[in-house]
Amino acid sequence: MPDPRFKVLTSASTSGPGDAGRTGSWRVERPVIDMSRCIPAKTGKHACHICWLFCPDNVVSKEIEPAIDLEYCKGCGICAQECPAQAIAMVPDADFLEGADSE
Amino acid sequence: MSKAIIESGNVAAAMAVKLARAEVIAAYPITPQTPVTEKLSEWITAGEMDAEYVAVESEHSAMGVCIGAASAGVRAFTATSSNGLLYMSEQLHWAAGARLPIVMCVVNRAIGAPWSVWNDHQDAISQRDTGWIQVFAKDHQEIIDMTLKAFRLAELVHIPVMVNYDGYYLSHTYMPFEPPEAERVDAFLPAYEYKHALTPEHPESLNTVTLPDARLDVQGIKRGGYMDIRHNLHEEMGKSIEVWEEIDQEFQLLFGRGGNPVIDPYRCEDADAVIVAMGSMANQFRVVVDRLRQDDGLKVGVLALQMYRPFPNTVIAEALQSAKHVMVYEKGLSYGSQGALYGDIKAALYPYPSRPRLHNFIVGLGGRAIPTESLYQTMKAACGQDLQIPPARTDAPQWIGLQL
Repeated sequence: MPDPRFKVLTSASTSGPGDAGRTGSWRVERPVIDMSRCIPAKTGKHACHICWLFCPDNVVSKEIEPAIDLEYCKGCGICAQECPAQAIAMVPDADFLEGADSE
Repeated sequence: MSKAIIESGNVAAAMAVKLARAEVIAAYPITPQTPVTEKLSEWITAGEMDAEYVAVESEHSAMGVCIGAASAGVRAFTATSSNGLLYMSEQLHWAAGARLPIVMCVVNRAIGAPWSVWNDHQDAISQRDTGWIQVFAKDHQEIIDMTLKAFRLAELVHIPVMVNYDGYYLSHTYMPFEPPEAERVDAFLPAYEYKHALTPEHPESLNTVTLPDARLDVQGIKRGGYMDIRHNLHEEMGKSIEVWEEIDQEFQLLFGRGGNPVIDPYRCEDADAVIVAMGSMANQFRVVVDRLRQDDGLKVGVLALQMYRPFPNTVIAEALQSAKHVMVYEKGLSYGSQGALYGDIKAALYPYPSRPRLHNFIVGLGGRAIPTESLYQTMKAACGQDLQIPPARTDAPQWIGLQL
């Protein structure tokens, strides 16, 4: 154990959403799930959940209709890439801004 | 007391690692370090040492394995030399920033290009800003004792420690030394415990992207930002000098050896001229000092610097206050500037009232022989130098033994 005179400050923390700060602010594109194609949503069964498994920031819920915590989703797009049903689209965040062109 | 044995410097280092009960050894062979790791792997294979030997494909991986082991609360060791040390450079910064108490022996060797397998200090000098503690041994007894003390220091201050010793001059020569008794080593060096030790029961994120500002973690605990973590590393490196001295005292009580862990002065009390050197060269200078005193009536002493990082500014500056001349002999430099050690000593002296005339000598690069006679002659000439000589002339490094 370190000598009590030494604080030994390191970057160590319990893993969880937000471990690297509010990473949602990094996002340029956000994942949008089409529930008509999403396997668990479509079958009503706990199947697939590949997006939950692959998300590097633990922000996808393991639910029948998976939810993405946009506070911390940094928009890496891994979920969209891995989804076997191509149910996830990466949509520019700017489209969701107030006053964004609806076209 | 235990009995003295005659062995090589590399075996002395390996014996220290065995006595320290290191649990993971990951290393890649490179001359002149190779016999250290060969010895350790031999003992592990023979069942004489209870450790995991990880044969890696590079020095970068060797340090990576040590980082992983130390993060899981396991005592880890590696050794390297020269370009091998440079190859793990990125991981050296990581180990220090992560505050992992890894111990590494660096068997000092020149850096290519051009290839050289012979000794100088450029490998260690080039890594002085990584955040590792760097100590230099000057004989076999110091190699074994210093390596054991390095484990204790690393684990008390949570900063990795690099134990340096000269390739060939120390690594491959045979000298008598006393290996410390195993039972006493166990009393001196308790088992390593790491408060963030990774286990499946207590998963933690270690050294992930750390933002410029301090933040609250998922449990609402304030966590320092990058700059805070790095500030503390710097501050606590400075405080490690004191801990190194305390460890030396504990070691002395148990083993009867030690006493000058930071600087080791020889005939410096009344010296007008003080030589500063690191490693085996500091011992070589003792003969020169005796001769200059006896034959030439010059009051000369030699100060061996044992701890290079953290740099003991106060200790050095105070030790040099009564000297008129300070001659820094070193086997490495900051290219385009001057000797790295010379620059450090000059900086340490600046805030003090007495600033002796400084001389910088570059010797023995790439194994160029360092005849004791040439050390004697350069010292004799430097001692006779007029103090009125323009400083720019003595401030420039003087290369000894060039064959141009």
